[in-house]
Amino acid sequence: MKNVGTQVRVGIDIGGTFTDVALEKEGTRYTAKILTTKNNPVNACMQGIGRVVREAGIAPGDIDVIVHGTTLATNAVIERKGAVTSLVTTEGFRDVIEIGTEGRPEQYDVNILKPEPLVPRRRRFTVSERLNSAGAVLHPLDTAKLEALLPALDAAGTEALAICFLHAYVNPAHEVAARDFFAARRPDWLISISSDISPEFREFERFSTTCTNAYVQPQVSRYLAEFQERLKAAGYRYEMLMMLSSGGLTTVQTAREFPVRLIESGPAGGAIFACDVARRLGIAQAVSFDMGGTTAKICLINDYKAQSSRRFEVARVYRFRKDSGLPLRIPVIDMVEIGAGGGSIAGVDGLGRLTVGPESAGSAPGPACYGLGGTEPTVTDANLALGRIDPVGFAGGSMQLDTDATEAALMKSVATPLGMSTRAAAYGVTEMVCENMASAARVHAIESGKNVDDRVLIAFGGAAPLHVCQLADKLGIDRIIVPENAGVGSAVGFLRAPVSYEVVQTHYQQLDAFDVEAANTALEQMERQAEAHAKLGTEAGATLKCRRIAYMRYRGQGHEIPVRLPDGAFGADAATQLQELFDAEYNIVFGRNIGNIASGEIVSLAVTVTTEPYADVVADASGGVDTIAHGTRRAFDSASETEMEFSIVPRDALPHLGPLAGPAAITEKETSVVVSSVFEARVLESGDIDLRRIAKRAPAREA
Amino acid sequence: MQELELLRKQLIWSRLISAIEEQAQTVIRTAFSQSVRECGDLSAGVFNRRGDMVAQAVTGTPGHVNAMAICIKHFIEKFPIDEMKPGDVYCTNDPWLSVGHYHDVTVVTPAFYKGRLVGLLANTCHIVDMGGRGFGPDSRQVYEEGINIPIMHLAREGMVNEDLMGLLRTNVRNARDMEGDFYAMMTCNDEGARRLVSILEEFGFDDIEEIGDYIIEQSRNSIRDAIRALPDGVYDNETELDGFSEPICLKARMTIAGDRLSIDYDGTSEASLFGINVVMNFCIAYTVFGVNCIVGSEVPCNAGSIDVVDVRAPLGSILNVERPMPVSARHVIGQMLPDLIFGCLAQAAPSKVPAEGAGAMWNPMFRGGKTAVDPEVAATSPVLTRNFDVITFNTGGTGGRPTLDGMSTTAFPSGVRTPPVEAIEADYPLIVWRKEFRESSGGAGEFRGGLGQVLEFGCEDGAPFSIAAMFDRTWQAPKGRHGGHDGAAGIVRTDTGMPLKSKGRQTVPYGQKLVLEMPGGGGFGDPTARDPELVRQDVLDDLITAETALNAYGVVLTADMRVDAAATLVQRSQMRRAEE
Repeated sequence: MKNVGTQVRVGIDIGGTFTDVALEKEGTRYTAKILTTKNNPVNACMQGIGRVVREAGIAPGDIDVIVHGTTLATNAVIERKGAVTSLVTTEGFRDVIEIGTEGRPEQYDVNILKPEPLVPRRRRFTVSERLNSAGAVLHPLDTAKLEALLPALDAAGTEALAICFLHAYVNPAHEVAARDFFAARRPDWLISISSDISPEFREFERFSTTCTNAYVQPQVSRYLAEFQERLKAAGYRYEMLMMLSSGGLTTVQTAREFPVRLIESGPAGGAIFACDVARRLGIAQAVSFDMGGTTAKICLINDYKAQSSRRFEVARVYRFRKDSGLPLRIPVIDMVEIGAGGGSIAGVDGLGRLTVGPESAGSAPGPACYGLGGTEPTVTDANLALGRIDPVGFAGGSMQLDTDATEAALMKSVATPLGMSTRAAAYGVTEMVCENMASAARVHAIESGKNVDDRVLIAFGGAAPLHVCQLADKLGIDRIIVPENAGVGSAVGFLRAPVSYEVVQTHYQQLDAFDVEAANTALEQMERQAEAHAKLGTEAGATLKCRRIAYMRYRGQGHEIPVRLPDGAFGADAATQLQELFDAEYNIVFGRNIGNIASGEIVSLAVTVTTEPYADVVADASGGVDTIAHGTRRAFDSASETEMEFSIVPRDALPHLGPLAGPAAITEKETSVVVSSVFEARVLESGDIDLRRIAKRAPAREA
Repeated sequence: MQELELLRKQLIWSRLISAIEEQAQTVIRTAFSQSVRECGDLSAGVFNRRGDMVAQAVTGTPGHVNAMAICIKHFIEKFPIDEMKPGDVYCTNDPWLSVGHYHDVTVVTPAFYKGRLVGLLANTCHIVDMGGRGFGPDSRQVYEEGINIPIMHLAREGMVNEDLMGLLRTNVRNARDMEGDFYAMMTCNDEGARRLVSILEEFGFDDIEEIGDYIIEQSRNSIRDAIRALPDGVYDNETELDGFSEPICLKARMTIAGDRLSIDYDGTSEASLFGINVVMNFCIAYTVFGVNCIVGSEVPCNAGSIDVVDVRAPLGSILNVERPMPVSARHVIGQMLPDLIFGCLAQAAPSKVPAEGAGAMWNPMFRGGKTAVDPEVAATSPVLTRNFDVITFNTGGTGGRPTLDGMSTTAFPSGVRTPPVEAIEADYPLIVWRKEFRESSGGAGEFRGGLGQVLEFGCEDGAPFSIAAMFDRTWQAPKGRHGGHDGAAGIVRTDTGMPLKSKGRQTVPYGQKLVLEMPGGGGFGDPTARDPELVRQDVLDDLITAETALNAYGVVLTADMRVDAAATLVQRSQMRRAEE
């Protein structure tokens, strides 16, 4: 491999609507946005790569690295288009993945839906075997029963098989034996075992993760094989790395083994993009805010790093509510996603309350102003009514917006029921959608014991720049960055991600009887495993960093917090040292120490092996020049809650103007950055727009 | 802009609910008791200076929430608002003043802004052990059920009441978890108070009195509107339950007149001599919950959504007992109230109300070790475990719904979740041998009842253990609605077939296991109207048998498991003719 600075690198993000491609060569970036080709996503990828390669004036063979992220796995789960998957599990536990927690995502609604499991009951089979929580065998694995299951598994049309036994996280012997048994007899099946995919306790989450891995594996494997073949045929020579939901990169080989770890890799790319912006600008504590057409995703950035988590829910079926999706226990960037986007539909509920989302008009029929038959008012309609979007210049002037349709929709569904003007109604819609996002951000922060108000907001995605000042007011935030290339943020983010692999394992130990030897052995073994995966994706001799974390709690508690461990093996005083580290971390998170009533314990260990992230500064070569002239427009200002004269400035013109005080709208190809009257905008050398608060927003009313 | 005033109130409303949710999440993350941290047996709310609940967390269980809403006034009566100081925290677990049994402890913290008390933050959590006999129905008097904390200071101006904590520590089996939970509850109220103050700052309000009035009024009006839309009338329903040793009858008369809805439990059985009695607070809590599910399920819970329903229960009946009657396992009766109310509402709104389900949760309270099992068993058993106490929260199926099947093995009306089997086994010498759907337990219907589950528990090495049984619907199955069939009644037994009682502490002898077969929900609508393809799917999934498909649903399946459409048509018309 060439030295990083001279490499030609391509990032490809397949999203639900668009496939984004970004190519970087010698400090210059070329981007392309192509409609995703749902039937065969490879087509759009090939088209996009072809385009940036031509623009950059290079040959296909000049590309060194392709970094790829895809929603393929996510979509397979959401649309239920994965493989015919069967499950073999412990006798007596056929329904773990369907019973779940026995809870309901909402208390009062008797018509709620619970998620359908990926493996229906008719393909869930049981076998006699049982371990206890220490891993000791209570019942041996009944191999005769495995043999007896074969006809039924065949009859079910099994393509992928998940094997999930109780307590396999502590002793994988039965799962391994069952896997070997089936692998020898049915070499075509792709087999996932829970002790490999997610070796942590809590059977519902582990089984659900393993079944999901099995469910998406054949499709992801086929897709990656085809993609690589077509690239080769087209003359590309390259190294391909895959984006993981954790924000790290891995090899195609590892991705094919653990495809469940690809879920949410697109949004993870967005968060990595925001991290890169934060790093470039020296912003240690930030909030990444990505708002598109249907959803908004919010992620905390702590010390330049995206907050990570080990639990995620995919395919929520009830209003994006917690516990209404399939739980996955995988390393992920910790994001909260809510149904708030440009297409979110506004209305008034039975209590006379203004509501926005989570239902979305999507792209068809879309907002009322698109004139494609939509009659419900959306967040985009509200912004148009407030004068924040130019009806003529929308989408680079390619689309003429229908203001009459917007007025009518707002009047019918919001203004009339609430007895207010359409303008007030429109403002209300933007306020409510921002309120929903602000609440989600705060609850998300509190779940990890953090605050949002002392952070910098990094905003990207089509709808984010319109709302970012309003959101900042609600979160008490004083500085906002709207980065360049916000439209293809995830693809650019891919190019900034480090090669990284994380191994997490349940390792239960109480500190007052701490087995130093056992902890050291476990950590060493995990480090070797993570390193083996990470090394596959890096050049020989690259520096690898190892980060070790213990998930700890006070004995008796149920929820753990991550505690960063010092490098090197534990010494004899490990227990004391760990207790101190844990007490300190707990105090930071919860503002209280309770070491006097309980001592600490370790529940799980995690080891991440990673390279340094790529951090070149790159100039953009393909930013479109906006055709709209300077001028002013009457628009509604959220900070003063009055109509004001907004300066209208194309983004390209901004560097020549010096600081621009709000109210103003900075127009771009796809969207506008709305600067409220309490913010001031300037363009940084990097090309990013920096918004600083110049005045406090007055309390909503004088007390 | 004057018209924005309305918008502002709505924004604060939404913000308050979110702030209280943050409060609830804090207690989940810091609690020690499994019931709180894994299972969500808690509630959190914010109250105005008069003690009216203004907003409540989305997370939580209805029995707590609505009962807690009522109880804050008792705190204010004892400690007037103007005498509360920053850093003061109050608590109680008095069943009659708060949530109906000793395990549910309510903690209240005043919030101050600009030197003035602006609201009260409260939360209730189920603490696994509060002394006495422990969670179970066996006591004859409330005094046996644990230690009573009258409304008192938990902290005074920031200093924890060590006298109280010391007293509690020596009265419970697991002092560490109990104390840790008290700290968690204080931490979470602090979080709520911080959020409340920042909301007032941002919106420029001095307190939540005005906004609270708006929220409460708006909620009340919304529910009144929904009641007005129902036909006036008197709707009677009754249900028979296992009881402790003899059946219990719950009777409800619902009167709807204009925008008023009242419920009178006159005719309901007298108090039980054992601890399954309900105090008035808890009775109101689940009654109102049942009404709100059908009438105004989108209305956030607050004083206005609760006080709109007028509830009466005769003093001395099982739904309104007085001291010294025991109350520990009151959920077993209280959680049946929504189904009872549904039976009334189904007459007024036939297309909106599901069939009956399992109702009360099946929560086996396990106790192991020498002190837990019958003395003769302890003397003869070759093995005994260490002493331990643990509860799991489990449930049967819910009733078929007007347009959807019932939910299998899903808690209703409770909002509590079950802990993972692997977590239970890691902490206690208990082994869960079986936890899966109870096949054929969902009542047939156009929309099938949800399935119950079968759970099988044993101890390590076959050691004996005891359970405090508090299960119901073992004599009377959950009823179907509008032609739907009944679900399956519950069964309590050992794996050798020895029947056990549905209530009270019993020993499971050495070498045996406890088997709980939980009730399935009743069906909704005529089973012969069910889509034959769905019936086929149910057979393929072993949820029903081919015989049930034929005899209850009138669906004829071929040998290769396809629907025989012609034969099904004939079979169904014969069944309908036989009905007539």
